[in-house]
Amino acid sequence: MLKVLKSGLFTTIQDAGRFGYLNKGVPVAGFMDTASAHKVNQLLENAVDSAVMEITMTGPTLEFDSPTFICIGGAKHSVTLNNNPIGHFQVHKVSPGDIVSYGKLEKGFRSYLAVKNGFKTDKILGSRSLYAPVTPKSHLEDSETIPYDSCEVFFPKIVELKVDSVLDNKVLNVSKGPEYELLGDKQLETLFFQDFTIANENDRMAYQLVEHVEGHKVSMLTSATLPGTVQLTPSGKIMILMKDGQTTGGYPRIFQLSDNAISILAQKKFGDTISFKLT
Amino acid sequence: MTHYSISIRPFGIHAVLIEWPNEVNEAILENILQFQNHLKTSHLGEEEWEMIPAYNSLTLIYRKAPINFAEFEEQLKTWYAQLEETSLPQRFIWRLPVCYDLEFGIDLNSVSEKLEKDIAEIIKLHTSYTYTVYGIGFLPGFMYLGGLPSSLEVPRRAEPRLKVKKGSVGLAGKQTGIYPQESPGGWNIIGSCSVSMFDPKKKEPCFVSVGDKVQFYSITKAEYDLYKIEGEVGIYKLEKTKWDA
Repeated sequence: MLKVLKSGLFTTIQDAGRFGYLNKGVPVAGFMDTASAHKVNQLLENAVDSAVMEITMTGPTLEFDSPTFICIGGAKHSVTLNNNPIGHFQVHKVSPGDIVSYGKLEKGFRSYLAVKNGFKTDKILGSRSLYAPVTPKSHLEDSETIPYDSCEVFFPKIVELKVDSVLDNKVLNVSKGPEYELLGDKQLETLFFQDFTIANENDRMAYQLVEHVEGHKVSMLTSATLPGTVQLTPSGKIMILMKDGQTTGGYPRIFQLSDNAISILAQKKFGDTISFKLT
Repeated sequence: MTHYSISIRPFGIHAVLIEWPNEVNEAILENILQFQNHLKTSHLGEEEWEMIPAYNSLTLIYRKAPINFAEFEEQLKTWYAQLEETSLPQRFIWRLPVCYDLEFGIDLNSVSEKLEKDIAEIIKLHTSYTYTVYGIGFLPGFMYLGGLPSSLEVPRRAEPRLKVKKGSVGLAGKQTGIYPQESPGGWNIIGSCSVSMFDPKKKEPCFVSVGDKVQFYSITKAEYDLYKIEGEVGIYKLEKTKWDA
């Protein structure tokens, strides 16, 4: 078991997501920054969809009660193991009683912590991803315990990964969304020649942007939306749906983010800037 | 068998959107569900593909690899052209109990004023129509229902509430529906449904499917309390009848 001594701002358990219930209105959920989550699992030679801890901005303090191996990555926090700094995208051995503590956030927004063989919390509708109301809670709380299988011996094939970081990139590759053709020249110019700032309203459901584009009067019938769907509201507000985003919507879907662009955006926080690039 | 003019468009690299004429129309919904069923049974494995029908569209999602759109579009066109009158999976009409007491129907008085109808008449109207489920989304288990009589059309509240209780039954414009869990919302609340529209503990968490129909019937507060308890212990029996178009 791992004991959450301090839970941090929004620490959650996520795997690849919950599939098969979109037609009942259940979002996929799952890793926000899939690229980083895959890498921490890869270093531990876990299945790529193994459940990891997703840490947002202010990280937790954790105590391990049995031996295992861990790997951290994604956003850069200063992280210590029993007060000794540990590196990102490296395999570290932990022993009973060890304490991992997250300090200052230096870069990015979401960090991942994986244990050997993944966290073993309950699966609900086929997934361990926390998403209320499918799961009772959406994030971990102080003094909660999280199960994992202990592992005494592991010789990793790769001990460290040099990564092409999603943290430095601010260009979001997009393809045309179903309602792309509704965009006029003025809107297109703003969308492709301007930088946009992440608004305060950003979470696992959606990211809003501070700058608006020209609005529209298009009214459409409700239709499917996906993680990475960029919606334009009548007032010209841009909303980018993320992993916990609603499965249907009634606003024009102007762009669709690439998988990697979703990972890049997941590392952005209030005040950061991004731009769109049509691919 | 009617064949509509359909449009097929890419929706990112993992999804394709098929659209029928832009109307709320039962015949179109039927055609969409027939095509979906045909795809599921003959062409696209249910394990690998997710399908989201809603109003006039069907979205197909495949996560394992990028979809080769040009190729897939041609296949879909061929499959649609080959579509014949097929039987659909069994559809149901669900009878859902609603308590319209003022304790739950917190906007009944204002709706009564706006519509210039007394509360009994509003309840009578709301319970005498059969509504079609055109989509499920927005929240897990939230039904987009079509078929509200124009006599019950009332604008959304000017100020949305931060918390609308789970089970609340609302009216807004041409829509009526049930909040499947507590959420913010701007609909006019006229009652509460004692049946849980979404239960993650069940293998099939939401009993309703797109294409089903829903009827509401009025219950007393005592019945509401009883059905709630029966629901919690798992002995409440939902009323449903088979329905074929």
